[in-house]
Amino acid sequence: MISIKLFPMVGEFAENKDAAKEIRLLQIVPALDGKEEVVLDFEGVNSATQSFIHALISDLIRKYGNEVLDRISFQHCNETVRKIIGIVVDYMQEAE
Amino acid sequence: MINMKIHLPNSAFLGNIDAFLRSFDMSDPTKLEITANKKWISIHPLVLAMVAALGSSVSPENIDFEKLEAKSKHYIERMGLFKMLGLESGITMIEHEPAGRFVPLAKITNTAELSSIITEIVPLLHLSPAQAEPIKYILSELVRNVFEHSLAKDGAFMCAQYYANSSTIRIGIVDTGVGIKKTIDASYSTGSDLEAIRLALTPGITGTTKRIGGTEYNAGAGLFFIKSIAKVSRNFFVIYSGNAMYKLLRSSRATKNIRLYSDPFDDRHSICNDLPSWRGTAVGIDIALEPRQEFSLLLDHIRKIYMNAISEQKKSRYRKARFI
Repeated sequence: MISIKLFPMVGEFAENKDAAKEIRLLQIVPALDGKEEVVLDFEGVNSATQSFIHALISDLIRKYGNEVLDRISFQHCNETVRKIIGIVVDYMQEAE
Repeated sequence: MINMKIHLPNSAFLGNIDAFLRSFDMSDPTKLEITANKKWISIHPLVLAMVAALGSSVSPENIDFEKLEAKSKHYIERMGLFKMLGLESGITMIEHEPAGRFVPLAKITNTAELSSIITEIVPLLHLSPAQAEPIKYILSELVRNVFEHSLAKDGAFMCAQYYANSSTIRIGIVDTGVGIKKTIDASYSTGSDLEAIRLALTPGITGTTKRIGGTEYNAGAGLFFIKSIAKVSRNFFVIYSGNAMYKLLRSSRATKNIRLYSDPFDDRHSICNDLPSWRGTAVGIDIALEPRQEFSLLLDHIRKIYMNAISEQKKSRYRKARFI
């Protein structure tokens, strides 16, 4: 299992889509391709934009199918972050 | 040759901004003439950001800024308009507290500058963390739209102001890029600026792809979220691009439950499609600080509408059985 701490890379307001894309391509995708489970640790992140979460996870759902959600866990998410992740996860599954 | 002309009126806020927008003359983009009401100038940050954006494409020697006589001229100085245009105002003023409740005009051209403004906006506007949440959200999404879609060489121009009487934060974010129609037309064929604005405000529609769910980088949700934040705040939201403007009108405080709609034309709104053509996109938004609905509750509403919209978009593409 690989735990990825987001706060050091994105700060307390996660809005940088370029950073999200980099985390996805350089850390999440290699871990998933290596058959690892991934924990995205949001400790210290107080809020996020839908665009950030979309850039972080939407392409994973599209490429690996929604089964990828069995291999990714979201940790230490406050209510706002939880809901934004929920919106993105839901609309990506509805769209596919 | 006729210069570009802007007149700073006595009053221009989102509710009555139509007259200001109609007064533009953008005949010659190399010269700018700015005049102003002689008694009092009271204008929304959107107006200031538009003047700054327009003026920034003109060299200072080609800007004729009429000497301000209005008693409120210090406001224009304090918001940094002269500085942004590279002009001397000739206005002397005693600086009050350095962190009054406003964000002066800023030009944001990259992620580092955006991050810096997002950090500064909280103390500058004296916001609590809960009040700051939607403001930071709006700023990030709108400025990133400029970076990603506008192709504006000068980036985004923004400023914001707290208004004590209405307990609102008013924000203007403007670019002089390609405009919404050109961006949306990359994937959809729209017949007008207004139609492009309508699509841009619809959840799940992005100019980057026709695919439902968007690309890896864009979902087509940003402007819908922002309009929804304004709607729940029961306040104005204005978006102006090309010759069209869409204005979300205030909702009555008497209405207990606010409904969100995926089609912006279902909201209480007004439109114009015969304005002087703005080369780029200008957005103004008012957010009430109190009474405030929890941001997370707003997300529940958004989720519901968003899912319905995606479902409808999918259904609209279903092929029908052919009965012969």
